[in-house]
Amino acid sequence: MAIDVVVLVSIGRHPVSGRARRADADARAVELALGIAGAHVQLVHAGDPDEPALRDYLGMGANAVTVLRMGPEADPVSVLSAHLSSTKPQIVLAGTRAEGGEDSGLVPYLVAQALNTPLVPGIVSLSLVGERAEMLQGLPRGRRRSLVSPVPLVATVPVMAPAPRMSAFGLARRGTIAVKDADAAADAARTAWTEGPARRRPKRIKVMKAASAADRVRAVTEMAAGKGKVLQNVPPEEAAKAIFDYLVTEGIIQAKP
Amino acid sequence: MILLQGLIGICVAVGAACALWRARRWFRGRPAKVDFLRGLLRFPQSYFVDLHHIVARDPYTARMHVMVAGGFTAAFLLTLAVHLFDIDSRGLAWLLLAFLVLMGAGAAFVALRRRPKPARLSAGGFSRLPWSLFAFAAAFFLATLPKAGLVAPFAAFSVPGIVVLVLAAWGCAEMVAFLPLGPMKHSFAGAMHLICHPRFQRLGAARPDSGLKPLDLELPKLGVEAPSDFKWNQLLGFDACVQCGRCEVVCPAFAAELPLNPKKLIQDLARAVDPGASDAAYAGSPYPGRPVGQAHGGPSRPIIGDDAMIHPDTLWSCTTCRACVQECPMMIEHVDAIVDLRRFQALEKGAVPGKAPLVLAELRATDTQCGAALASRLDWAADLSLPLISAKGECDVLLWLGEGAFDLRNQRTLRALVRLMRHAKIDFAVLGEEELDTGDLARRLGDEATFQDLAKRNAATLAKYRFRRIVTADPHVFHSLRNEYPAFGARHEVMHHTMLLDELVSQGALPKGKSSAGKTTYHDPCYLGRYNGEIRAPRAVLDAIGVERVEMERSGMRSMCCGGGGGAPVTDIAGKKRIPDVRMEQARETGAAVVAVACPNCAVMLEGVVGPRPEVVDVAELLLQAVEAA
Repeated sequence: MAIDVVVLVSIGRHPVSGRARRADADARAVELALGIAGAHVQLVHAGDPDEPALRDYLGMGANAVTVLRMGPEADPVSVLSAHLSSTKPQIVLAGTRAEGGEDSGLVPYLVAQALNTPLVPGIVSLSLVGERAEMLQGLPRGRRRSLVSPVPLVATVPVMAPAPRMSAFGLARRGTIAVKDADAAADAARTAWTEGPARRRPKRIKVMKAASAADRVRAVTEMAAGKGKVLQNVPPEEAAKAIFDYLVTEGIIQAKP
Repeated sequence: MILLQGLIGICVAVGAACALWRARRWFRGRPAKVDFLRGLLRFPQSYFVDLHHIVARDPYTARMHVMVAGGFTAAFLLTLAVHLFDIDSRGLAWLLLAFLVLMGAGAAFVALRRRPKPARLSAGGFSRLPWSLFAFAAAFFLATLPKAGLVAPFAAFSVPGIVVLVLAAWGCAEMVAFLPLGPMKHSFAGAMHLICHPRFQRLGAARPDSGLKPLDLELPKLGVEAPSDFKWNQLLGFDACVQCGRCEVVCPAFAAELPLNPKKLIQDLARAVDPGASDAAYAGSPYPGRPVGQAHGGPSRPIIGDDAMIHPDTLWSCTTCRACVQECPMMIEHVDAIVDLRRFQALEKGAVPGKAPLVLAELRATDTQCGAALASRLDWAADLSLPLISAKGECDVLLWLGEGAFDLRNQRTLRALVRLMRHAKIDFAVLGEEELDTGDLARRLGDEATFQDLAKRNAATLAKYRFRRIVTADPHVFHSLRNEYPAFGARHEVMHHTMLLDELVSQGALPKGKSSAGKTTYHDPCYLGRYNGEIRAPRAVLDAIGVERVEMERSGMRSMCCGGGGGAPVTDIAGKKRIPDVRMEQARETGAAVVAVACPNCAVMLEGVVGPRPEVVDVAELLLQAVEAA
């Protein structure tokens, strides 16, 4: 039996030109979905069905994309949740975050919450064994963690996942866009915001007090090897305290006196 | 000699049937507009002039071919007269004897050439061919002796009679009856190919006809997937291949042992038309690193695939340098076939290897190959304050910067060019932010959609301004704007920077200086030389500044590619060697201290070769140095 995989796709923006394109992380999610043996892949987008960049996803080999038509000011979470709870796919994939809008990366979490399924963040591969999904989660510096979860589930795909295939012009042209009118509520919080170009944040300067080249190499490699510590099986309060203390030492938040 | 008469008659009839049988397979292709009458009327010129010029680059082969082909054609016609129609004329018989001797001597050259067999020549049916030629010549020589009155007539069932019959049967089988199927099919298909050539305008053209034809993006299927997607006269062209291996000798990918051999490529395409096709019978050099005999195909089966007739690595090894097209005596269009196949891979399958998909995505998103902002194209020239045509509205020379403007190495070339133009007080301007990539790379990679989009937008920009001519330091841009943009409405005079510099030097617009560069060898860019026939101007510039110029073994129209064309650097198919290393070795052999280049791709590819090696300097840089020394 074919397993239904839905990929949530959004419209991305090229970082240099600002031109609409397939969002990088979402494209990687489509790539990952197309590689799942025995999967029936469907793409779902909440937004404008006439956006040409949607065809970039069709060019990857998915036959159709379902567009839940809604205005640019609407909140996609309720629309997507309503659609997914009626179609009940076993696996929902999405990029870790969009390239526009709030960019909070929260949509998959909110959708998973609405569907009452687990959310697996940052997976770079997925295969199905019976009713369970075996996944590899991508961690910094090339580390991988093997995870197993029962389906249905929602998983996010980061930009460290395998590169997406090229979008083929002919496939993009032939793919179909199925439009469903969605009853979307306006995103009240967002209407109050103003958008502007990102401000470049100052970088912390690493001061290296190295006498020799060997010292400098050591300084760099030690930095890369990480200075954190791994806490396992500790009570939540203790874990939270450790994160809090770390943020204080890094000067990201200030401890109340 | 009723038996001999019968034999000739049957062989001619069987030959005609085999020709029709062979022609049937060409019509598995798509229809093509062919002016048959024009081709037929021009045939003598196409054959005796255009084709002969190519064959004559190898004088031994040319003489051999004149003797065999001329001897056989004349002998065959006379044989029909003397033996089939039994015209009793001593004169004709003597003439026939003379042509048979000529043919026999030619056959000796054919046999000698294959002893020992050079790697570029194929075995199989071609090993048998010299003996079949001998058999034909000998049989009819013996049979004609009595008619010339040199010996008494002999009976059919005497020893000489039987010898004649056996040899004639062998010779006529190869040369007449089964001519369209065996090694001799090149004569039949080759003649048809000259008449119905897919690039008919290339015959007798003053400069190479090299621009790709636009693809109609509205077609239901884009590019070539299966043999039946080729035009019928392209299939005919593949069948014309005589397996001489001249393409194999000049192919840069083959030289660097990338998995490409243009000869096998054409053979595979010719074979793929048959149902249940296989490359097992191919008896020439294989694709380097790939075994022969494991490829399978059919008229409607995909040509490209891991176990299909042609492996994707083979398709993407090509640098589109046109060396094979330049050398092919049968005038086969290898590069057109490669691009047709690539178009399907790129547009219908999205199967383009290496970093190419990334580059194509950046082209679509930013209109540059490297994904830089268009506004940053002039960053290197911040101190030169280049005039923008949007501010001037018109100028004499519109300088097209190209992708080289984003590359440190080529910014030096552009800087030299700008300074030279200022020395010569040329009224020039640049497009600045309005200049998009020409889309040349996308087109060679088969992404015709991206190319056409860029071409149309660039054409619209060019139409806004008034200028006399476009000058560019990039031969790929030059080719694209000059030969491929007219199809999109952009008809402008386009010059390569070496052509402009040659003009300035010869007009005395620049101070006369002497170059201090040592011994210099000039490396012809494929897209300037073979694609556009411009091999004189850069050399003239070098000579004008008193450079001690030496030529590499391969130069001019027969120069060897640096490995930077056709998107090869981004598809990055691995071989045993690297093409630029092979080319640089040829430059080292000249003992030159400097390799003069005239293309940003060549500069980058050749500079990537590890030293010690000659210095890589653009012609503009050499000229500037001489001018400033004056």
